[in-house]
Amino acid sequence: MVSYLQYWLRMVRCALSGGRAYYTWMATLLVFIALGGWFWAHDLTHGLGGTNMSDHVSWGIGIANFVYFVGVAAGAAVLVVPAYAFHREDIKEIVLLGELLAVVAVTMCLLFITTDLGRPERMWHLFPIIGFLNVPSSLLGWDVLVFMGYLAMNLHIPGYLLWSRYKGKKPTPLAYLPFVFLSMFWAVSIHTVTAFLLSGLGSRPFWNTPILAPRFLISAGASAPALLIFLFTAIKKYGGLPVKDSVFDYFSKVLRVTMPINLFLLGCEVFQEFYTGALHSASAHYLYFGLHGKGMLSVFIWTAILFNITATAIFLVPKLRTQRWLMFVGCGLAVVGIWIEKGMGLIFPGFIPSPLGEVVEYAPNVGEIIVCLGVVALGAFVYTAMAKITIAIQRGTLRQHPEPEAQAPEAPAPAAPATEPTEA
Amino acid sequence: MSQRPVTCQKTDCTAPSCAPDCAPSAPASGLVQLRRDGGTSRRSLLQAAAGTVAAAVAAPACNTPEFEAYFQKHYKKLTDEDKVKVFARLEERTRQKTGVRVRIGDPPPIEGVHFAYALNLSHCNGNRRCAEACARENNLPDEPEMRYIRVLELDNGSQHLERGTVYYDRDKVPAPGKFYLPVQCHQCDNAPCVKACPTGATWKENDGIVVVDYDWCIGCRYCQAACPYHARRFNWVEPKIEPSRINPHQAYLSNRIRQVGVVEKCTFCLQRTRRGMYPACYEVCPTGARKFGDLSDPESEVRQIVENKRVWILKEDIGTEPRFFYFYG
Repeated sequence: MVSYLQYWLRMVRCALSGGRAYYTWMATLLVFIALGGWFWAHDLTHGLGGTNMSDHVSWGIGIANFVYFVGVAAGAAVLVVPAYAFHREDIKEIVLLGELLAVVAVTMCLLFITTDLGRPERMWHLFPIIGFLNVPSSLLGWDVLVFMGYLAMNLHIPGYLLWSRYKGKKPTPLAYLPFVFLSMFWAVSIHTVTAFLLSGLGSRPFWNTPILAPRFLISAGASAPALLIFLFTAIKKYGGLPVKDSVFDYFSKVLRVTMPINLFLLGCEVFQEFYTGALHSASAHYLYFGLHGKGMLSVFIWTAILFNITATAIFLVPKLRTQRWLMFVGCGLAVVGIWIEKGMGLIFPGFIPSPLGEVVEYAPNVGEIIVCLGVVALGAFVYTAMAKITIAIQRGTLRQHPEPEAQAPEAPAPAAPATEPTEA
Repeated sequence: MSQRPVTCQKTDCTAPSCAPDCAPSAPASGLVQLRRDGGTSRRSLLQAAAGTVAAAVAAPACNTPEFEAYFQKHYKKLTDEDKVKVFARLEERTRQKTGVRVRIGDPPPIEGVHFAYALNLSHCNGNRRCAEACARENNLPDEPEMRYIRVLELDNGSQHLERGTVYYDRDKVPAPGKFYLPVQCHQCDNAPCVKACPTGATWKENDGIVVVDYDWCIGCRYCQAACPYHARRFNWVEPKIEPSRINPHQAYLSNRIRQVGVVEKCTFCLQRTRRGMYPACYEVCPTGARKFGDLSDPESEVRQIVENKRVWILKEDIGTEPRFFYFYG
């Protein structure tokens, strides 16, 4: 017990110590967290009337970000599967950082939901026994369940492995491997349930399509590796963890599969909406070409398509992808493109036109964007701290019984996800 | 034309008889304060933020009304004694906030009664008195305006909802070449909103009315996304009603004053209909287009209409099985 407390103290100390660059990075994030908190406090006291949402478009940027980061959380499977199912040693060395990314992404998802609630202080109503969780009927209820499960698993696995390594003991496979394999399937479930949450609504023909869950999974498989390329480049540079080139090759391979499929699925959707020509495709018309003189979102969806096609071309053509800087450009385009697809391309147009045919447009205002940035900053803050500790433990600088010549406090910690996809 | 004579344009419940005995409290400053308050110092901002969070999370001290309100159970778990206490607390809150003494009741569903609505589109002329009477009866705020009933003006020969509008001039109705389609909560038997709610804060009662426990709703608005009739409203800000316009005859599951951050909807005026009265929208309608009654009573007007007229329901393809029928008669 005492040694466990000491373990935590040492981890906190590790997270608190760093170079100037580390402190600057963390302080910047803190500023954004404080700003987001301040704007959310305003929502708490005055209601969500300060946002641009309405009874017509009742979900906005918060839910859009939620859907996107579910993809990031599920994307951890991109690391977990090859590490444990195919025993790739190079990926096994970094898999803990992927699992921690899932922890952070799930936490961010929960925060995006919380900050979007009209009555966040009543969250306890969702807890079984003291409250009431409406399962199996409510997909949002299911989301709560699968998220809690995924969070618990991804806290347990790296938590246990790091503790073992810190103690210098060999981990017992039975204590974590079953959860590792369960989490591979669970990763699919969180994104599937989130897709069902939308596709199960007969009232919203735009979402009411069976292709939504596969689309979510594939786009998660595209945006997660793109993000991970940035993440591990930063970790390699600032965190001092030797990430092998084969890892980056692997991400690039995944992208070469998922990006074209993502485009293909989008094409399937577009065909069905426009060729059928039924009234139900009103939202698609609004999204791509505008409806009744209103078409605020068109520019975004076409941008997203352009970005995704360009990124796919970069990934597929060997001459292009072997250029390092072009690969980064491709990853950036893919991350932004898929983020737009989820928000402006999926959540907002689902509400436009309203079920009674009214075209009421929506764009987030400064307050909503800052709250979202605050959540992203909080995620980056927590991830940076956790990654710093993880690297220290993995490299053996943080041990229960340190070797006589412990390394000096190392260089600044890894940068967080390089993209802040909220400003659009 | 079997037009019903306009006997009563004002619902008998709406008279705010006890409103004036306390002066209305001054409403708090502007409805939604702008976020960019320029001159405030950083420290005061942070203090305010800390205070807000504390107030929202920790402030309810034990045994205060706030504490009891925070830990109030789901409506279905409240005992009769609990209800007495809860209703008294809510009445007191309204008195403190608005100066109006209201009475909150809890009329149960009447055994064997299944309410249904029928609307004669041949008669409706789009005057929208229903929406206004509804607002008065059900304590809907005027600023920002919230209405349960939306009336669409559509072109003759089409039910293409997108080509219609709700923003027509109601002093110039009926406009030539147009017809009017009022839409409110359809109290669906297979209600998507009830299925969607993660906390079970909305459910279907035995008489067919879909209700919301405003004290249990967490404000996630999934029900709004799920409703194919755009029937649900969210309180984006604290609802404000002129104290003189508050209807003091209230029910817990329907027209009591709502709070910020929760969803609400039409309840077929259950505070009236469960006591043998007609809904406010029915009573006020000058054209006689609205018909309301007990579907399980073979003699009732709605039952006769559903059996003998060629009725139809909105968006039948979605399978919501509404208790709200339209017909041309």
